[in-house]
Amino acid sequence: MDFVTSLSKYLPMLPQLGEGFIVSMEIFVLTLLFALPLGMIVAFGRMSKIRLVRSLAKVYISVMRGTPLMLQIFVVYFGPFYVFKIRMGSGYRFPAVIIAFAINYAAYFAEIYRSGIESMPIGQYEAAQVLGYNKAQTFFKIILPQVIKRVLPPVTNETITLVKDTSLAFTIAVAEMFTTAKQMAAADSNIIPLLGAGAFYYVFNLIIAMSMEKLEKKLSYYR
Amino acid sequence: MAEKKILLEMNHVKKSFDGIEVLSNINVRVHEGEVVSIIGPSGSGKSTLLRCATLLEKMDDGELIYLGEIAASGGKYAPKSRLKQIRKYFGLVFQSFHLFPHYTVRKNIIDAPICVDKVSKKEANERAEKLLAQLGLSDKAENYPYQLSGGQQQRVSIARALALQPKILFFDEPTSALDPELTAEVLKVIKELAKEHMTMIIVTHEMQFAKEVSDRIVFMEKGVIVEEGTPEELFSSDNQRVRDFIGKLNL
Repeated sequence: MDFVTSLSKYLPMLPQLGEGFIVSMEIFVLTLLFALPLGMIVAFGRMSKIRLVRSLAKVYISVMRGTPLMLQIFVVYFGPFYVFKIRMGSGYRFPAVIIAFAINYAAYFAEIYRSGIESMPIGQYEAAQVLGYNKAQTFFKIILPQVIKRVLPPVTNETITLVKDTSLAFTIAVAEMFTTAKQMAAADSNIIPLLGAGAFYYVFNLIIAMSMEKLEKKLSYYR
Repeated sequence: MAEKKILLEMNHVKKSFDGIEVLSNINVRVHEGEVVSIIGPSGSGKSTLLRCATLLEKMDDGELIYLGEIAASGGKYAPKSRLKQIRKYFGLVFQSFHLFPHYTVRKNIIDAPICVDKVSKKEANERAEKLLAQLGLSDKAENYPYQLSGGQQQRVSIARALALQPKILFFDEPTSALDPELTAEVLKVIKELAKEHMTMIIVTHEMQFAKEVSDRIVFMEKGVIVEEGTPEELFSSDNQRVRDFIGKLNL
């Protein structure tokens, strides 16, 4: 019965968790907003005909995927002070999180895009070329729409991971949902705020998974 | 008889892949209204020749001339803007169709005329309707390629090429991916085009068809043209290699 009483006791915590959830959502949306297009640029770099550009993109992807996101958040946040002795102030916390997330996720998206673009049969390019399409028309009209369909499942995977990764903003004290939940749990030594936060993450990911499935169905009008 | 206009001229064409010569000194001339079939064993360079003619492959040496306009000479190609104009002279039908899967049949046909040739939507649609009717596909206009049989897909790809109103149409083994029934349906379409005096160059393994439809047959092997002539000449050739090849296929 203890659990039930504490449940009702913690019902008022919802608005507070909700506030944290909004910050988590901000991190989520802004990261996607920057990382999705940035990933495309990195992917083009990775497939560039210029060797130097290709190598740079390769190293970038390798470092971003090969080191912990938490470490990257620290480097972005503390880097300006440790390296250049520039004090950024606590207002820099949130932007630092967005920068770190965006450059990290761009690397993953870049590899997804690249595999999607490279999986396109050469015949599609050749047909477009013979019909007289220029390079931009070929990419935007013929290749990209088909690539989007192909990369949708792996992009969904990354997106779901991103929802959970937003909790890493906790490491530099950005008051997103996990930070809030942990404070509430510690204050009363009770597990319920953490379970509440878990429920938020889970439901949100459920919504993402369902909407992406819908989008995939919508794109299944052709094969 | 008045000499017909030469639409395509390929002189002394050479092409190697990794030091292996696939085309050595090929000369081809195609006149307006002519149907030329290219036959020969696999690996003889037929498809490479077609890919060189359609600018999908760069030849190492030789000339490529469309309607007197030089696309390439001595292995050097004309500037891009020039090649863009020259591309308008020809169309190509692939062995495995290469339709755009995310476009309906109609869109596959009208998109290039609208986007590339800046034809009005109305005009492009009229062309499409006419071609679809001609190729017996009027009821498939709103279908997607995956909903069609291979034969229907190949006919759509022929319509897509014709919608740009090319002077020459190339076919790269247009029936090799099809079963005999579907093959017949595609060959029928090509025969009808021949009746309308469409200039065509066809790489094929369908000997009987080549015999019926061609004005001229070119027999290639190991990167050279072994023999060429009218179907009658080819099918009664003295050349032992040509006789062997045709004989085997007639079994």
